[in-house]
Amino acid sequence: MDLNLTPGEQQFRDEFRAWLRANVPPEWTGGSAGAEDRTEYINYLREWQRKLYDGGWAGISWPKEFGGRGASLMEQAIFQEELARANAPQLVNAIGLSLVGPTIIALGTPEQKARYLPKILSGEEIWCQGFSEPNAGSDLAALGTKATRDGDDFVINGQKIWTSFAQMADLCLLLVRTDAEAPKHKGITCLLADMRAEGVSVRPLRQMSGDSGFNEVFFSNVRIPASHVLGEVNKGWTTAIAALMNERANLGTGIQVVFKRQLEALIARSRTVERGGRPASEDPLVRQKLAQAFLELEILRLNTNRALTSLSKTGIPGPEGSIQKLYWSEMNQRTQQAAQEILGPYGQLKEFDGGTWEYAYLRTRGNTIEAGTSEIQHNIIAERVLGLPKSY
Amino acid sequence: MDFDLSKPQKLLKESARALLARECRPGRVRELMETGDAHDAGLWQAMADQGWTGLVVPEEHGGLGLGLVELAVVAEEMGRACLPSPFLSTLAAAALVERAGNDAQRAKYLEAFASGSLRATIALLEEGADWDADAVRLEASRDAGGDFTLSGRKLFVGDAGAADLIVCVARDGDALALLPVERGAEGLTLRPTPSMDATRKVYEVTFNGARVAAGEAFGADGDARGALAGALQVATVALCAEMVGGMQWVLDATVEYAKTRQQFGRAIGSFQAVQHMCADMLLMTESARSAAYYAAWALTERDPAAAVAVSVAKAYCSDAYREVANRGVQVHGGIGFTWEHDLHLYYKRSKSSETLLGDARFHRERIARLVVDGDAL
Repeated sequence: MDLNLTPGEQQFRDEFRAWLRANVPPEWTGGSAGAEDRTEYINYLREWQRKLYDGGWAGISWPKEFGGRGASLMEQAIFQEELARANAPQLVNAIGLSLVGPTIIALGTPEQKARYLPKILSGEEIWCQGFSEPNAGSDLAALGTKATRDGDDFVINGQKIWTSFAQMADLCLLLVRTDAEAPKHKGITCLLADMRAEGVSVRPLRQMSGDSGFNEVFFSNVRIPASHVLGEVNKGWTTAIAALMNERANLGTGIQVVFKRQLEALIARSRTVERGGRPASEDPLVRQKLAQAFLELEILRLNTNRALTSLSKTGIPGPEGSIQKLYWSEMNQRTQQAAQEILGPYGQLKEFDGGTWEYAYLRTRGNTIEAGTSEIQHNIIAERVLGLPKSY
Repeated sequence: MDFDLSKPQKLLKESARALLARECRPGRVRELMETGDAHDAGLWQAMADQGWTGLVVPEEHGGLGLGLVELAVVAEEMGRACLPSPFLSTLAAAALVERAGNDAQRAKYLEAFASGSLRATIALLEEGADWDADAVRLEASRDAGGDFTLSGRKLFVGDAGAADLIVCVARDGDALALLPVERGAEGLTLRPTPSMDATRKVYEVTFNGARVAAGEAFGADGDARGALAGALQVATVALCAEMVGGMQWVLDATVEYAKTRQQFGRAIGSFQAVQHMCADMLLMTESARSAAYYAAWALTERDPAAAVAVSVAKAYCSDAYREVANRGVQVHGGIGFTWEHDLHLYYKRSKSSETLLGDARFHRERIARLVVDGDAL
């Protein structure tokens, strides 16, 4: 057991940290995620990804032959931590880099690899993920978006929902039903779909927090060449699982740095807001809540490090991702609830700290629903870690 | 970074589990529960033969000189077996002597601790039941020669009945005096105070003019307060690891039961209400393990974050063990509420462990002092 970084890991961190110091753009003011016209914002994010690409920092986990760095899991964790620590803009092609790219590398044809991978890295083509549907959420395999073979094409009709980045995406990793008669897991196909094709329309979904992080995507007689199947026809469930494993292998290494910054801000705030005529930070109950928030975040950091060690040794993304997701999403809700208790009515005020507390409280409500609800994560842990019998 | 046990540590864990599976079966735990001091001389000797009593005692004093991660490995197995033993009390006292003793005292005591021929405990708590040394009120009076006389009462003193030596924490003006009083000393009386967890014996210890020579006091020419804090940190890390072992036992027993117990024609573990309780138990057990082993590592490495890490571990484990035991009983249903089933041993152990060496509230306040008032974030 040695929780220090190895010299190699330290060198990697120092190198990337130095690069970030020289390259992270100054505080962004030209647009926002909530603005009606997002062109400026999207262009800004594309430029940022291009910068990472030119510096050799895009897709670091990818094998070298596909333009990556072949970075170890620990280096990927360091990469995410450093990005968050530097307050760097988000990766606009996060889905392409962490989910689509690795899946194409694993299952794509040589032509697909050559066609798509370089532009994922450079950010020239932004990807979204067309998995969930209004009637296929936790039960993803119940999806009904229909693909009918017509000559060399599939014709797509249906609807996807909760699609992040759809409004700026060029391409979509799309799950469709190609065989309605087969058992539900066996009639699904995965397509590499063009979001600019005729018949695709995107409608932003406004969340309770007021912004639009997700979209609905409608497909009306959209033609997609059959050569754009990733994996095999009717074996799309295998492709989907491979993709989701890649998603869950991301253990939330960056997010904890964001949480830490929020906790620092909360502690600083607890010294200025009052409780019974003295700083809230002196109130015993507030102190208990701050300490609890701190220790829960520490546990997240430690669990992450243990999961990384375990994944590095086994090489197989397992249910660690479910344990992590369950923990951080519920922790984040508890912490933001504590923040509201400490800040009182100020916590709800849109002009207080730029509305960050009001926004965070509302946004975290979605954490235990998105990317697999807490109930689904519990099921996965019970069945795959504890070996309990399947419940459905 | 490597957050996993090394090969020798894994071997140590296996051998500890094997020994306790042999020497400390649940039936034996129940027998020891019914004794006055829960001390089994044969079992103690077997543990000493394995080197456990000297695990963290420096080699120059006859110990193995290992780190706290190794200690945690063994303590985890002790918790899994729900071992009744003066081990933890003696560990705390030995760690105190190692930190506060002068050369002569270290030579006198540490080898005896390592060989297992000396058992001891620290008498700290008083009526306020506060683990903060600043809460100590018992005053040691000094005579003209500097010798101490103790009069007063200590409560919740662990394993005093099995201890050859009781180290009393007393006030000496503004300083702390760490005063060893031997078993049978004049002016020393013990009264067992039976408590919920009969595997951990606690006592009321009364000093009525007990005398300790000036030269016997620990830490007289150094930092008694710092030494005591350090010794309690070592004991806290071991306790947290012990709690992790207890949680693991409860989790394993509960999952096994959920797989076999049938209702409505199917295993109850196929119901999501039961599954989700088990999944939460796993999450809490693993989180407690992360916290306990990190604290052990940080303390061994003298990491600046060690003090926070120890309090994080104890605050988390205190809540988690209780909650794991709670869910364990719930999943077991009626059988889990019986005297016959071993679950109640762990349910009670979770409660005694929760308050021992400071509960979650106590350690959260310590965290607040370091993180909110200080700059440990």
